[in-house]
Amino acid sequence: MTFQRAWSRGAIYFVLIAFAAWYLMPIYLMLITGMKTFDQVNIATMWALPRGISLDGFSQAWVKVAPNFKNSIMITVPAAVISAFIGSINGYIFAKWKFRGSNTLFMLFLVGMFLPYQGILIPLVQTLMALGLYGSIVGVIFVHCIFGIPITALMFRSYFAGIPNELVDAAKIDGCGFFGIYRWILLPIAFPAFAVVLIWQFTTIWNDYLIGLVVVSNPRLAPVNVAVQNLAGTYYTQWQVQMSGALIAALPTIIVYLALGKFFMRGLLAGSLKG
Amino acid sequence: MAAPANAPRRRALRFRGDLALAIVVLTPSIVAVAIFIYFFIAYTFYVSVVKWPTLLPDYTFVGLKNWINMFQDMRFRIDMRNLVLYALGFMTQCIVIGFLLASLLDQKIKSEALFRTIFIFPFAVSGIVTGVVWRWLMYPSAGLNQLFSLVGLDFLKSKWYTDPTWGILAVTIASAWQFSGYVMALYLAGLRGISHELKEAAAIDGANTWQLYRRIIIPLLAPVTFTAVVLTGMGSIRVFDIPAVLGTGAAFSTDALAFHMFQLTFQSNKMSSGAVIASVMIILAGFLVGPYLASLQLEESQ
Repeated sequence: MTFQRAWSRGAIYFVLIAFAAWYLMPIYLMLITGMKTFDQVNIATMWALPRGISLDGFSQAWVKVAPNFKNSIMITVPAAVISAFIGSINGYIFAKWKFRGSNTLFMLFLVGMFLPYQGILIPLVQTLMALGLYGSIVGVIFVHCIFGIPITALMFRSYFAGIPNELVDAAKIDGCGFFGIYRWILLPIAFPAFAVVLIWQFTTIWNDYLIGLVVVSNPRLAPVNVAVQNLAGTYYTQWQVQMSGALIAALPTIIVYLALGKFFMRGLLAGSLKG
Repeated sequence: MAAPANAPRRRALRFRGDLALAIVVLTPSIVAVAIFIYFFIAYTFYVSVVKWPTLLPDYTFVGLKNWINMFQDMRFRIDMRNLVLYALGFMTQCIVIGFLLASLLDQKIKSEALFRTIFIFPFAVSGIVTGVVWRWLMYPSAGLNQLFSLVGLDFLKSKWYTDPTWGILAVTIASAWQFSGYVMALYLAGLRGISHELKEAAAIDGANTWQLYRRIIIPLLAPVTFTAVVLTGMGSIRVFDIPAVLGTGAAFSTDALAFHMFQLTFQSNKMSSGAVIASVMIILAGFLVGPYLASLQLEESQ
């Protein structure tokens, strides 16, 4: 029995470790490729470890994608902050100020989470042109804020729904109004919700390709994922530069994930509506 | 001293005023959702039934002509076939791997948090990055094939995404790498919600591990599986980034609806044709999202 048990425990760990290797393999490949000097980079020895550590691949890729990396910061940070703020207000209303039809309205909001963006791209581009936002970073921020409304409202609504109504009622008796309750009762305890939403929006917006591609036609204003894709198209043979560029583009979200994984996990569950 | 008698009424009035204020504050978001989601969807359907063949808008009504042309279009038909294969491959991998890893992690594993972190991290990586790396991992003369040669597993070598028939399934390997950890997280949360008493009761009744999973755990996790099917189905309908990197393949063997729509609309300026594909994508998404949201509403009203 104990032998059989040890055997099955071993098998479980074997499968887990094999899958861990599978999930890490692409990162391993990006890292070792970026650390090779140019004369070592050969597709026939793709899996060989680098001799010494060189940053040739990374520095050449960085030259190519640095302006777009900055664009992505300029887009992602304001868009995540603004949409988190809007979401906190909307979530507060949907959770604590129920009116007739507010649950139905909320469901109609949620539909937006599942919309394939292709379904609205044509009128979106026309509208952005009419508003003078087409082709600009502000335009990209605007679009991300609009399409962040459903998910941010959902996340904050779930969080605020867990705050007892008695607390809100007590604040009302003490003379707090609509804004007072938000400012003095809910905002001070909403840090975890803000963390989840900011991380979710940061990851989603940073990783976006389609909106950046369609809204910004000038490659110099494009976000980093558009630049990485262009790099992959233009420098077809210099695959180590592509790989290094890809790793640079992936780094901010990977760092956020490793540093704040707990909040990221909560976002995952909320994103499936099962939070 | 009439104040105590009046106070509740005044509070009630104040409350009603605050409720009105809440609705006013919510209004800009309602307007934004109404325009950017619902009106835009309707507008896309409208564009699909007008002429608009070039950049210049032409709102001459042509009925279902664009739709009929599209359904006879070879590339569109290949896209629909690719969608079916992609959805099957992507769903199967995500659900099987996700469930397997979640069940294993639920066995009181040492360093569970580390495994969980590794399994989920690809979800923090963009589709473009995933595509770039997997293009080289599945490059026929390099990557995985080279690795298989090194360890003597040559029979595992494949043409991957360059295969003219099954290339689209290779694309799902890259997408499942990215998304299966998410599905695992959903299953793990589900497994943690099953009470220990239930598992112990089954064990006392003499159920073996297989029966426990077959009769108790898998049925109890059916809602999670439903969620996973909806999410991976949505992912299949809107997949864009990975085909954008890997290319459409020989004879569109790795093409996707979303990519076809993008090229028609923004590279060939065929607005109405692009709008037909966009409308098809919305209808397909509706088949998944409708039942899903309905099931959530049921849960909430219970």
